[in-house]
Amino acid sequence: MTPVQISELLKSKFQSDVLYTVEFGGQVSVTVNKANILVIMKFLKASPELDFDYLVDLCGADYMGRKNDRFEVVYNLRSISHNHCIRIKAVVPENDCKIASVVGIWAGADWHERECFDMFGISFAGHPDLRRILMPEDWEGHPLRKDYPLKSDLGEAEWKGYKEVVETAERNKQYEVR
Amino acid sequence: MIIDGTTSLVEVEEGIKIIPGANTIVAALDKVVNWGRRSSIWPMTFGLACCAIEMMATGASHYDLDRFGVVFRGSPRQSDAIIIAGTLTKKMAPVVRTVYDQMPAPRYVIAMGSCACSGGIYNTYSTVQGVDNVLPVDVFIPGCPPRPEALLEGLIKLQQLIDKEHFKWSRWR
Repeated sequence: MTPVQISELLKSKFQSDVLYTVEFGGQVSVTVNKANILVIMKFLKASPELDFDYLVDLCGADYMGRKNDRFEVVYNLRSISHNHCIRIKAVVPENDCKIASVVGIWAGADWHERECFDMFGISFAGHPDLRRILMPEDWEGHPLRKDYPLKSDLGEAEWKGYKEVVETAERNKQYEVR
Repeated sequence: MIIDGTTSLVEVEEGIKIIPGANTIVAALDKVVNWGRRSSIWPMTFGLACCAIEMMATGASHYDLDRFGVVFRGSPRQSDAIIIAGTLTKKMAPVVRTVYDQMPAPRYVIAMGSCACSGGIYNTYSTVQGVDNVLPVDVFIPGCPPRPEALLEGLIKLQQLIDKEHFKWSRWR
């Protein structure tokens, strides 16, 4: 199936959930409500004519300034047997920053969702082990959010782990043989 | 052979003399020991980013670090220097410090590349702004990434540094 056909199928199947579709350069993005994301994903995986058996990527996006739908979780799906692909975007508002986890459908989503949580602070309900994956575990804030300052919002109050190392380095200078 | 009045010492290099025919070298111990130390710098590799690729290229046959006696050693306990090649993140800083603390003195640090020297283009929340914040650096090599020639130059600079040291080898240093 072509991506357009897939998006048409989705539109007819989930009328109330599909918000809009965008086609560009032969790629189709289907933006959906997050409420029924698991049902949509299960349909995409399980129906034999679609058979999306491969989650290529899962990532977050921050559209700061948009009123009620600041974040998006983007799913790039591919079917190896049919050799077709589609992009699903689920809208996640800032005040209700969580979405159902798809680890139960594609086990490979595990670390992707952890990264998305780490970078954007979107929590994935039903994830088996939702911890930070890139930043230190006791880090505060989510760096890929658009309102996160480039130099971190900690300012003078540096991350504890790094502060300790700098102090150790300072203290050990007296023992260095120069 | 008995040294008679007619045999005089021959200076072959500054501070190093030989007795002709006697198979004997007369020199300060510093000179000899430092010659040995500088000719076999074993760096602990710490490749953190793209600079590590350049470091590998320098170690490979075309630039051939082995001819300087530089042999990469994968253990901090048996290495003389550490080459910090690449971007040091704050999360990685405690690890680098631990590895450095495991190295026996005398030990040297080479900061390779812009990121290791100053943070480079990454003036951000996650990047250490120069490894000299966490380690005492001996040689800074600029470049993004430095050419293999630059790394060689840095190692030669380190050799010159070692050459000038006094009593670094003894326990009375």
